Amino acid sequence: MMNKQGRPTQPAAGDGSAPATTYTGNRGLDMEEPLLFEMGQDETTGVDLPDAPETASKLGGLERNGDIGLPGVSEPRVLRHFVRLSRNNYAIDSGLYPLGSCTMKHNPRLNEKTARLPGLGDLHPMQPTSTVQGALELMDSLAHWLKTMTGMPAVALSPGAGAHGELCGLMAIRAAHDAAGSSRSRVLVPESAHGTNPATAAMCGYSVDAIAADDRGRVDLKAFEAKLDDDVAGIMLTNPNTCGLFENDVVRIADALHEAGGYFYCDGANFNAIMGRVRPGDLGVDAMHLNLHKTFSTPHGGGGPGSGPVVFSEALAPFAPVPYVVHGENGFELVEAEGDDGQTFGRLKGFHGQMGMFIRALTYMLSHGADGLRQAAEDSVLSANYILARVQDVMSPAFDGPCMHECLIDDTFLADTGVTTLDFAKAMIDEGYHPMTMYFPLVVHGAMLIEPTESESKESLDLFADTLRFLTEKAKQGDTARFEQAPMLAPRRRLDETAAARKPKLRWRPPEPARAAE
Amino acid sequence: MRYLPLTHADRSAMLSAIGVDSIDDLYQDVPDEVRLAEPPDLPHHKGEMEVEGILRGLADKSVSPASVPTFIGAGAYRHHIPATVDHLIQRSEFLTAYTPYQPEISQGTLQALFEFQTQVALITGMDVANASMYDGATSCAEAALMACRITRRDKIVMAGSVHPHYREVTETTVKFTDLTVTASPADADGAEDLLALVDDDTACVVVQNPSFFGHIADLRPLAEACHAKKALLIVVVTEVVSLGAVMSPGAMGADIVVGEGQSIGVPASFGGPYVGLLATRDKYVRQLPGRLCGETVDQDGKRGFVLTLSAREQHIRREKATSNICTNAGLCSLAFTIHMALLGGKGFKQLAQLNHARAVQLSDRLAGVGGVDVVNASFFNEFTVRLSKPAAEVVEALAARNILAGVPVSRLLPDAGLDDLMLVAATELNSEQDIDALSGGLAEVLS
Repeated sequence: MMNKQGRPTQPAAGDGSAPATTYTGNRGLDMEEPLLFEMGQDETTGVDLPDAPETASKLGGLERNGDIGLPGVSEPRVLRHFVRLSRNNYAIDSGLYPLGSCTMKHNPRLNEKTARLPGLGDLHPMQPTSTVQGALELMDSLAHWLKTMTGMPAVALSPGAGAHGELCGLMAIRAAHDAAGSSRSRVLVPESAHGTNPATAAMCGYSVDAIAADDRGRVDLKAFEAKLDDDVAGIMLTNPNTCGLFENDVVRIADALHEAGGYFYCDGANFNAIMGRVRPGDLGVDAMHLNLHKTFSTPHGGGGPGSGPVVFSEALAPFAPVPYVVHGENGFELVEAEGDDGQTFGRLKGFHGQMGMFIRALTYMLSHGADGLRQAAEDSVLSANYILARVQDVMSPAFDGPCMHECLIDDTFLADTGVTTLDFAKAMIDEGYHPMTMYFPLVVHGAMLIEPTESESKESLDLFADTLRFLTEKAKQGDTARFEQAPMLAPRRRLDETAAARKPKLRWRPPEPARAAE
Repeated sequence: MRYLPLTHADRSAMLSAIGVDSIDDLYQDVPDEVRLAEPPDLPHHKGEMEVEGILRGLADKSVSPASVPTFIGAGAYRHHIPATVDHLIQRSEFLTAYTPYQPEISQGTLQALFEFQTQVALITGMDVANASMYDGATSCAEAALMACRITRRDKIVMAGSVHPHYREVTETTVKFTDLTVTASPADADGAEDLLALVDDDTACVVVQNPSFFGHIADLRPLAEACHAKKALLIVVVTEVVSLGAVMSPGAMGADIVVGEGQSIGVPASFGGPYVGLLATRDKYVRQLPGRLCGETVDQDGKRGFVLTLSAREQHIRREKATSNICTNAGLCSLAFTIHMALLGGKGFKQLAQLNHARAVQLSDRLAGVGGVDVVNASFFNEFTVRLSKPAAEVVEALAARNILAGVPVSRLLPDAGLDDLMLVAATELNSEQDIDALSGGLAEVLS
């Protein structure tokens, strides 16, 4: 059929093939984008600034002369550059992001809106406290929510991320021991712990003593008790742990530890599973960081910024870092330094913490309410167990019994297929999914840690489970090309990480002839 | 609850598929005595309108700096952020992505990081930069640790020019290690004998330029003195816009440059999140903490980017890692990269000139106010004034007149005996009317 202009009204039947190459290198909406430094010219700029008034220079004769080397790019081109780059990213907004231990949940846009309100997002940290009472009240409200949800009496808001929170917690433990004149040298850390745990302990001057896991994926209670003595400063325990399991001996562990004079640091990375159902304070925890960017949905932003407030027990509260908010005679006050009688271990971060993240997290908590947070925890646990139930007959769960908000699968089901965990993960990319966390925790061979979060509908969970089953079937049928070559449909194929590390190229440099002309 | 897609029917069907009767069965590993029957005693869920109203109520209880003449700096600066920046960082693909652990589907974040590292290296005059740290203060502490690793020495020397928070964070960070911090008294007049800071045990000397009090120093003699003693020079820059006008730390001989990148693209946001910069020489790259993005190729030979040199990091090295840090300031570094891309070399220099000129205008005006002495001979966009009354009182009195005048030095250095000093900063956002308001207000309050 042709229309009046002689154009066909229907496309010709396709043969399913695409051209091997295109002139531009682009493939339809899939654009190749150069580096900023490969475009632009010196005279161009993407801003129009007013002319500087004529004044004398007071730079002390230390002016910067010469070309800095930053390219000049127009505003439309800058916009297009970053829009094109963005299209090469997977994101929670575009699909299920089952990255275990990272809690990639929905990021409500209301939180972005409130973080930008004049009077919140634009406040300067050094304004007189009389002019920032709303901001201090917000910090106080967030502190109240965090303390109430965890059942802990104190909180330090300032740590900049989870690992910074760990440092904060361990420093308080060290300070408490020092104040008591107790010199201890070891911190117990389960083998399944996040890598930041031992790194943090080392920064507090402690040696790390690893505790084995038992065959149920929990801390081996006997191994723990055997190591417990008056040289143990504390334990760093993730609960729910990195295998996605609740440490059911946690209260016994805490009691025994306290009996021996140690403190219990809990890595709260997985608080999402238990919020509103269990209060860490009831478990005997002395310090625990909360990842606002996981549990309370402040966006991950491609790797930050995070925010890692730490809740403290009565025993550790006096050693918490500055600054903190108190109720004073004239409203809220900010304690930025303690006097000589103070016991704070000091300051961990410039100014007062990640305020932009506090605003978002409080907005999120107010929206959910205590009931909604509890429901979110339950839905996250339900969803992970549902995935497990849907795939357990064909894949290989690492441990028996229900999991918390993430389920752990080992690579037994891939035995003799020639397909590795890495291959399997890369094949998921071709199916339009971000892979699960791979090869972590280290205590399980070829680990796949799947955390669907509470943000997925049942239809979405079913499609994901069906996809896992499909890929498992293909692996077992010997369709290895599908895995070894994956991803084939992403903006890039597998990248040569060895070459990147052997001869690091960490910045753009001008091509050789241009450099010679400098 | 609008954020939770599962319906009651879905939940029932899922429980059946799992083979349990109720959600409680999935929490069977939680000991009975610590299970909560009800959620903690906090308000229940609220709709979007209601929550927004609560947050607006909190916002209204503070004074927005955009609504009054504002001259506050001291390590965080109010600058104009082009609309393009905030639009782009709110794109879903940047905002809601995780750390780029799967490079095939994270090239957007990775290429932007590579561009960020290049921009930071260029403006600091260094070879290489990491993918950012939490903020300038934590970056400073990490730089000091890095210098100790490189030199295998344990004495960190901090000049009196360094922002008190940077010094405090560094002191806290090494508090439980074998490293020591030797800090000079605050150098309000910019007269400290820097060469006297270096000795044979020194791992590094940390100086700030422009200093906390605003002074600009020629650090080349100090760099030479450091290198003669095999110590490293760490230069802190808290106002990164200054790098568009002031000789770069790299050109002065710095070994490590620490910066607070907030001024480019990131709002003041009551102190965070910000973006810590850390740059160094090629030869020290394997001692750099934090994430690094590097160029490579994919299976098809196409250029691509990956996180690299991860053998330094804690998920491989665990307790032997160079740092316990595992995040960067992702989205803030992206905002920095976009704003810097818009500025370009020409715009960056113009912005710096404009800031300097405004500050010179401000200092000329304040010098004519009775009871005000400008302390600085040199400065970029912030300087110190000595007042005839305690600065904290003056700042409060001016706040009551709707002028956010500056920062009393006593707020950051309560025991230094510098109660009469105030830091004042001017940026491109300050108008001549703002300058009139401050000089008029100061004249009234000090009379």
